[in-house]
Amino acid sequence: MSRAALALLALLYVAATPAAGTLIHSERSQYREVLVYEDAGTRCLCFTHGCAIGRQSCIELAHPDHMVFEYTRMMLGALFLNPDPHDILVIGLGGGTLPRALRQLLPAAHIDVAEIDPAVVRVATQYFGFQSSPQLSVSTEDGRAYVRRLLREATRKYDLIMLDAYEREYIPEHLLTREFLRQVAGLLRPAGVVAANTWSSSRLYPNESVTYHAVFGDFYNLKSGNRIILASNGELPTLEQIRRNSARFTEAFAPFGFAPQMLLPLFSTQADWDPAARVLTDQYSPANLLNAGR
Amino acid sequence: MYAAVLYLLAGWSGFFVMGIELLGGRLLAPYFGSSIYVWGAIITVFMLALSLGYLIGGRYSVHDPSLRRLGLIVLAAAVTVLPVLVAGDALLDALSARMADPRFGSLLAALALFFVPTLISGMVSPYAVRLLVAEREHAGERAGRLYFISTFGSAAGTLLTSFYFVLWFELNQILWGMLGVSVLVALAAWRVRPRALP
Repeated sequence: MSRAALALLALLYVAATPAAGTLIHSERSQYREVLVYEDAGTRCLCFTHGCAIGRQSCIELAHPDHMVFEYTRMMLGALFLNPDPHDILVIGLGGGTLPRALRQLLPAAHIDVAEIDPAVVRVATQYFGFQSSPQLSVSTEDGRAYVRRLLREATRKYDLIMLDAYEREYIPEHLLTREFLRQVAGLLRPAGVVAANTWSSSRLYPNESVTYHAVFGDFYNLKSGNRIILASNGELPTLEQIRRNSARFTEAFAPFGFAPQMLLPLFSTQADWDPAARVLTDQYSPANLLNAGR
Repeated sequence: MYAAVLYLLAGWSGFFVMGIELLGGRLLAPYFGSSIYVWGAIITVFMLALSLGYLIGGRYSVHDPSLRRLGLIVLAAAVTVLPVLVAGDALLDALSARMADPRFGSLLAALALFFVPTLISGMVSPYAVRLLVAEREHAGERAGRLYFISTFGSAAGTLLTSFYFVLWFELNQILWGMLGVSVLVALAAWRVRPRALP
């Protein structure tokens, strides 16, 4: 092999290796490896070495409230549908950015988190400033088992449920079916809102869309790399209502480093998918096979 | 014809067991998740059931063995999957409500739904060996060929179910399809002219 080709290969290798920074912590859990990297004042949670398939969560050490990822800002757009949620459920903790922000925004709200992996809870607490409290409690439990248990106990309902359990490379298939979404809807109060963090480039896009549509009808679709689905258990608020509600958060969002109005252009109800795509159900849920392409 | 049908039964039975095992994981996931311990519970139950099935199949082969009876064993394994189709969800719902620990919840669920069909499937191989072996010096060769076909069937059942069937069909459609094939191979065993045993 010529020297030029070798140099090119080396260059490609460097280009393909994400600059993850210094590994400051790693532990192997029952589910995965949980890694913490730090680079130029930013600390990130990753589930793969060198963050090869993406970062789960990041904080700027100098401004821990700043939202590094656009998707977390987009998820807060859920508050424009229902600006005053009293009870909130977050499925999937990651670095705890969303529960932390919600806690700060809505001091009176009660927040429950379902996170399957105790190691993630530990790392979020030690490295990402997450802190559980009576107002913010974490259950280390499978998201679906948690939802089913709460439906059975029938003691609590939510005004907002955030689904942040899907990774780009792996989707828990039982958390993306019509039956699951119906159970989620069953835990929502009448005007309750569900916010789901997924991907706009995914091959699963049409299946995911028709599945959410089958349960919630029309929903707001925010796309920008990530895809955020914002659906309502009741009537979907109009864009005018969204705009009005967003104004209430101008000051409150300032510590996170963005203005709520920045999200408004992203709100769309346009059904930009094939409506004939197959709905995902407990009987038919090959989400990862579909995502990998046929 | 006789030997071909016999190998067909063994190969299909291997296919059937692994197909059911993979679908078992899918059926349990909405109730217990799909963590490693859910798969651990399922595999434990299948291994346990197969081990006992070998024992019982071997014992049963002593009494008047025939290809027809082997076909009935395959048919019985299929019939005992019916409760999964008819009452699987109700049972899983009740179990997940009573068992707080998802490890033992999934273990009990797998035991209740899959132990019996897997045990009966386990009876097939030793029973088939009895029908195949005529002389002592070829016993190992015949048994080896039988295990080859049965385990090859298992490999095919695993791959086809996890790569393709779940992408094309609903879980219950796959289960009904496998039941149908079991009925067909059992019928084939019934139709083949009985042979005097070696």
